[in-house]
Parts: sequence; C-alpha cells; structure tokens
Amino acid sequence: MKDSLVLLGRVPAHPDSRCWFLAWNPAGTLLASCGGDRRIRIWGTEGDTWVCKSVLSEGHQRTVRKVAWSPCGNYLASASFDATTCIWKKNQDDFECVTTLEGHENEVKSVAWAPSGNLLATCSRDKSVWVWEVDEEDEYECVSVLNSHTQDVKHVVWHPSQEVSADRGPGYCLWGR
Amino acid sequence: MERVSGLLSWTLSRVLWLSGLSEPGAARQPRIMEEKALEVYDLIRTIRDPEKPNTLEELEVVTESCVQVQELHEEDYLVIIRFTPTVPHCSLATLIGLCLRVKLQRCLPFKHKLEIYISEGTHSTEEDINKQINDKERVAAAMENPNLREIVEQCVLEPD
Repeated sequence: MKDSLVLLGRVPAHPDSRCWFLAWNPAGTLLASCGGDRRIRIWGTEGDTWVCKSVLSEGHQRTVRKVAWSPCGNYLASASFDATTCIWKKNQDDFECVTTLEGHENEVKSVAWAPSGNLLATCSRDKSVWVWEVDEEDEYECVSVLNSHTQDVKHVVWHPSQEVSADRGPGYCLWGR
Repeated sequence: MERVSGLLSWTLSRVLWLSGLSEPGAARQPRIMEEKALEVYDLIRTIRDPEKPNTLEELEVVTESCVQVQELHEEDYLVIIRFTPTVPHCSLATLIGLCLRVKLQRCLPFKHKLEIYISEGTHSTEEDINKQINDKERVAAAMENPNLREIVEQCVLEPD
C-alpha cells in the first residue's frame, strides 16, 4: 500500500459545538483549535497521547471562527463572530490576551499574519479587510481599511514574500502596499 | 476494517444492480426517495411563518412537490427544498430558510445534507439569498443572535 494517512487519535475538542478551525504552530508541536463554544484550546502531545494544554476562555462572546499563529510562534490571533480579534501571547504553557482589536461591524471571518510578523489582516461580513501593524511594544494600530468587496469577505491570505494580501469575497482582490 | 467491508458491500450491491441481478433493489429506489421526501415535508409544513399566524403549508410557501431527496451514499441523503416566499422581502426569506434548516437539523431522523433555495423567479436578489441561506457561517452566526434565535424557536415549535 502506498503512503497513506493513519488515524492517530480522536479527541473531543469543543463540547456540544462545532470545531471551526485548527492551526499548527510554526514548530509543529502545538495545535490550536477554536469553536462554537467560544473557546480556544491548545493541544500538545504527552508521549503518544494528545492532551489539552490550555483553554483560552475569556476572550470572546461568540463563536471563534479562526485562529492563526504568528510566524515566530509566540502569538496567536483569534477571529470571532463577536466582531473582535484577540491577540494572545504565549508564556510557556499559558496564554494571555494582550489586546483586542475592534472595528469590524460584525462577524470577523478570517485573520492572517504577514510573513514578517509585523502586519495582520482581518476580514469580515461587513465587506471590509482591515490591516493592522504591530510594533515592538506589542501595540497594534489599524493602518488600512480596504473596501472593495460587495459582499462578505470570507478569507484573507498574505503573499509568502511580499507585503501583498489577497482576499476572497464573492470575487478575489489583490492588494499591495 | 469496518470501512473496508462497508465499501465492499456497497460496491457489490452496485455491481449487482448495474448487471440487472437485483431488480427489486433498483425499483425500490424512487419509492424510498418519495417516502423520505414526505418525511421531510411532514416536518416543515407545520413551521409557522415569522410574520403571519399561519403555517408554511397554509401559505403555500412549501408544498409536497417542493421537496426532493437523493441518496448520496448509503444512509446519507441530499435533501433539496425550493420554497416560495410570500413577499419579496430579503430578511423574511432568509429567516424562513433558517427555520427550515433548524427544524430538519433537529428532527429529521436520517443523516442528510440540506440545500435550500427560493423558487426561481420569486425574488430579484435570488442568488444572494440562496448563497446566504446555504452559508454555514451565516447560519451559525444568525443562531447566535438572541433575537433571531427567539423568532426561529417560535416558528419551529411543535404544535401541542
């Protein structure tokens, strides 16, 4: 039999609700999951089993739709239907919410870090894409609000090497600095 | 291991059916789909309209023929509903779509994938509405809105 996937384990992650997204950290050692129970869970292995290392529960009032690790692996951004995006800082096994990005009018559907780690993009049902810049003191500032979509913007990604982002509503948009 | 033997028996039944060796099975298909469609209709006809004190059946928003069921895999079905909103009002159409989805999600006993559409020609922004009704993010977010949720709960409440 050729290379195939082998199921290693099954874990109940978000009780009585949907798990909306999963993200591996850059080192490949931790898995972040987020769900309809408004929580984020961080998973790691202890020997052969997957265990929940941390539960981030004070960040959001509604479904957490997406989580994204920063390129350095020390931060986690979470996008929620409550219209906010939380930035969590990793401190060994604990995570602390260092800031909450507000501005979108309704559900934030996606969040993505630029490869440099200095920029973050969020997109929402309010048809806009917001670009945030972070400095060395962990201060976030919105540097741009992009309004070219006519409907919900569901997904946003950054170009691997340039400061360009692409997002998808009913059509695709490509943005450059 | 279970999955392999399941696949084997599915393949076997398909081969038999295609070679005409299991005629009764082939003839059963349309009747099963009709029965399933009736099961679906039985659940949606009593849903109340969000604005009027009538059921969707009374207002002819749904009819028996507006439900179609197809088999996707063994014991997994695709249910397609085309409803006719009473007025060309966006939010009402999406609300009815939400009620249909919630009722079936909770009460339909067989595994199903649901597609809901407003019947062609009944609305100017048909495409947008259809997209919204079938968008799982929009559906989930709407059910997190306490006001919308309350309306939906009232509409799908089983008559005593």
